[in-house]
Amino acid sequence: MSSPLVDLLPLFLSGALALAAAATLAVGYRVITGPTTPDRVVALDVIGTNVVAIALLYAMASAQGFFLDVSIVLAIIGFISTVTVARYVTEGDIIE
Amino acid sequence: MIAAESAAGTTVGPVGAALVVLLVLVGSFFLVVGTVGLFRLPNVYNRLHATTKATTLGVSGIALAAWVYFGPAGQGLKALVTILFLFLTAPTGSHMISRAAQRMGVEFEEGVTWPSRTGAETERAGENE
Repeated sequence: MSSPLVDLLPLFLSGALALAAAATLAVGYRVITGPTTPDRVVALDVIGTNVVAIALLYAMASAQGFFLDVSIVLAIIGFISTVTVARYVTEGDIIE
Repeated sequence: MIAAESAAGTTVGPVGAALVVLLVLVGSFFLVVGTVGLFRLPNVYNRLHATTKATTLGVSGIALAAWVYFGPAGQGLKALVTILFLFLTAPTGSHMISRAAQRMGVEFEEGVTWPSRTGAETERAGENE
């Protein structure tokens, strides 16, 4: 438990967390100025995937395992929202 | 703040910590590659190509790191379930988005056509009905 790598692990995980958060914020540019609607859907899908990564990184940085449940639920919600928006764009309706 | 909580939490040895650092580095690299591809590529289809593979790989690397961190059984198994779910759903979602974009009439890049010419024509015919 006294290894320097183990001691520096939370700091490293916080750095990775900041990197993932910065990437997610940058994707917001594509959401705002995407030329077409599918561009925006793609960018929102990427944001959903990045938030899953952020939840996993925070689970490791804070050593609290229940954030893994948060990441699973976020992945499920991201998939459902992507399919729903794609279907709405195509059909003009979600449930016929 | 975060470090203080971690000292009392899950214990991970030096080898496990090195593995976690390596996997998180690989995952962050692929996340950044996906973001750069989303910005630099010219088209919806090309952006889908960048994001749906690179971002899924990035999250999978980080989830593998979480699996190493939280142990192979118990809590860590949820990270593996996340990887399995992402690998099942990411191609499905990207296929639906590209299908919607093509039905909306988003053009391909110049010089790129639908794989079979006859397939393109039946697609157009079905669209015009």
